[in-house]
Amino acid sequence: MWCSGCGNGLVTGSLLRAIENLDIDTSKIAIVSGIGCSSRAAGYLNFQTLHTTHGRALAFATGLKMVRPELTIFVIMGDGDAMAIGGNHFIHASRRNIDLNAIIFNNNIYGMTGGQASPLTPQGEKATTAPYGAERNFDIMKVAVATGATFAARATTYHLPLLDKLIEKGVKNKGFSVVEALTYCPVGYGKLNKKGDATAMLNWYKENSIPVEKCTTVDHEGKITVGIHHHQAAPEFVEEYTRRTQGVKR
Amino acid sequence: MGQIEKTRLFQGNEACVAGAIAAGANFYAGYPITPSTEIAELAARKLPETGGKFIQMEDEIGSMAAVIGASIGGAKSFTATSGPGFSLKQENIGYAMMAEIPCVIVNVQRLGPSTGIATAPAQGDIMQARWGTHGDHPVIAFAPSSVRETFDLTVKAFNLSEKLRQPVFILLDEIVGHMRENIHIPHQDELEIINREKPLPDQPYKPYDEEKEVSPLASFGEGFSYNITGLVHDEYGFPTTDSEKTKKLLSRLQRKIDNHLEEIILTEEFGMDDASLVVVSYGCTARSVRQAVKMARKNGLPVGFFRTATIWPFPYEKISAFADKTKTLLVPEMNMGQIFGEVERAVHGQARVVGLNRFDGEMITPDEILQKILEVI
Amino acid sequence: MNGRSEIRLSGSGGQGLILAAIILAEAVADEGGYVVQTQSYGPEARGGASKAEVITDVEEISYPKVGSPDFVLTMSENSYLKYGSDYKEDGILLVDTTFVKNVVSNGKNVVALPITRYAKEELGRDTVANIIALGILNGLANIVIHDTLKKAVLSRCPSGSEEINTKALELGLSLAKETRSTASRLA
Repeated sequence: MWCSGCGNGLVTGSLLRAIENLDIDTSKIAIVSGIGCSSRAAGYLNFQTLHTTHGRALAFATGLKMVRPELTIFVIMGDGDAMAIGGNHFIHASRRNIDLNAIIFNNNIYGMTGGQASPLTPQGEKATTAPYGAERNFDIMKVAVATGATFAARATTYHLPLLDKLIEKGVKNKGFSVVEALTYCPVGYGKLNKKGDATAMLNWYKENSIPVEKCTTVDHEGKITVGIHHHQAAPEFVEEYTRRTQGVKR
Repeated sequence: MGQIEKTRLFQGNEACVAGAIAAGANFYAGYPITPSTEIAELAARKLPETGGKFIQMEDEIGSMAAVIGASIGGAKSFTATSGPGFSLKQENIGYAMMAEIPCVIVNVQRLGPSTGIATAPAQGDIMQARWGTHGDHPVIAFAPSSVRETFDLTVKAFNLSEKLRQPVFILLDEIVGHMRENIHIPHQDELEIINREKPLPDQPYKPYDEEKEVSPLASFGEGFSYNITGLVHDEYGFPTTDSEKTKKLLSRLQRKIDNHLEEIILTEEFGMDDASLVVVSYGCTARSVRQAVKMARKNGLPVGFFRTATIWPFPYEKISAFADKTKTLLVPEMNMGQIFGEVERAVHGQARVVGLNRFDGEMITPDEILQKILEVI
Repeated sequence: MNGRSEIRLSGSGGQGLILAAIILAEAVADEGGYVVQTQSYGPEARGGASKAEVITDVEEISYPKVGSPDFVLTMSENSYLKYGSDYKEDGILLVDTTFVKNVVSNGKNVVALPITRYAKEELGRDTVANIIALGILNGLANIVIHDTLKKAVLSRCPSGSEEINTKALELGLSLAKETRSTASRLA
């Protein structure tokens, strides 16, 4: 159901390569998604897949993870799904450091409903509901780090080998891992903001990205920083709960 | 002193948790809200005793989502809330109905609309339980009248939920939820506990088999690859917009409840044989009605008592069956007349239906009911 | 215990009235009677109006609220004004004069005692006023056997506070006895 030229298939491909490289028993993998273009990935994948309600994927996944800690759970969300309607669940999953792997397909727009502004539409850019320019936007990495996520990384659809690796590293992190995959929507965001076709948008990512470790604010104002933004171990939520409640007797 | 069995003082909300645990509940997700909070507090304390888990979620919506997620992982899960939280949970409740995920939702009703009076009882969420989430869907909802019945109906709610792969509501009210009564709790081996059917290993699995009323439900982690969605879906759980499949799915969801009415609908009656007036009640109001009807009968008035513990599906047939033998049906309720309309539908003009309504945060008293009986008999 | 008995404990949030009602209800349950306990309260945990009710009976109880109480405790000015005259002709009103300054005759039984002051001065802790009140109530109304009530108090009080709560209950009982002997002398 994705439009031709859509970047979502590229991100999904990265996810599948990462799963293959990690060599996890597929019966121990669950894919949980919200509502939106990216969340439809669940329907294309032959795993145990749970396509939930708009914004609530992380909350569904929290219940699932608590009763099935042995599962590796990928939570696929779009930028509006994760950061607008699902923003509260995002910050609390992050605070808890629950071992979920959030993969945010960020295309800077609401694609499925036809190009409305999201909290990730860059400030001043156009959307059908922001004809005079969008509001101030979020930086997903900053939100993730500030709210307690123990792994936060970003790559674009131009950097697929990097994206594969970041997803793998996120899975290996025992805690809440956020991978922001900057994808693109040529028919929504791209068209409204005259970004050109899919190839032009990929090239734009190529020219405007910089590895986060090389970034200095003075020289790289406005660049997209890719790579691992944050990785710091902390006790994982379900393990902590289990430890605290172990031995509780009637 | 009376020779009743050794009892213990239980609060209604406490009996609800005891019933849930007896039914095998091992997961609770919730958000604090008066007058249901004791259920969350007790679940937090008690569930780990039997290896269960509890989480206080960031909001009501997330609680409902986590309850569904846990059930998909194989847990028997539940949540409790009150009016404002029940409103917030509605979208995900609809999801559980559509995706056929077993779970139990307790609503300890308080006075609304909106924030209303958090500590005052009401029976105002009867219709919200029926139509709160969008679209056509079947609903099962119980309204206990006592602390012991809260225990029993919670067990039944879990059983039906597991058997029919259907979310089930328990509509408590502030009176029954906060009231303490000394009750006898049955031993575990006296209880019938139903667990959801599981698919056979190494067999092709259809989570939404069109040929079956209810399909087995594989838990995530058991290795059955399939999809769960709130979208209209095919037999394997994958989205479809095919109109034939849509009709089949929605009809089956309704049919699985309609085919089990006898098992779901619980009612109680006395004094019906000679009754020219029958008082129809439910929940806490039934307690006042019981006293009022006894007083009326003591005074020689031909008054009958009909109580339904099952709100949805509503006992239309049972009421219709006695409606032509009686002149008047009196329906006292702590709202502006929600079950009243359903009674009228059941009676279908065979008798007069009169309401008695309070919506001021106070119980309807036996005296008020008796007075109304005298007025309309 | 015989027949239906209705008890209303009223005052302010934080005075332990709901706990007192639960203790009494547990004692009744322990003796095999039917009991229902309810309460109404405001949103605040401390300070607002608080009312706890207990109904005991030898048969199953339908309507769970108190209609016409046999016994009323008022531990605040507001609760005295609200519930101070609404009880049975042969019922008893117990007023805590620590909080209610102006107790007026209403033609029915009224017992006026500075319960909270006793708690503070004789036991050093005003928080046990509710247990003293329970002792007085049961001493006057004989709802349950004193030892049953004592058992219920001990099972509910926090560990370490058994002694002071026992003393409070005993103080209540002796106050009830004094009141009774005064009443009989007056008669």
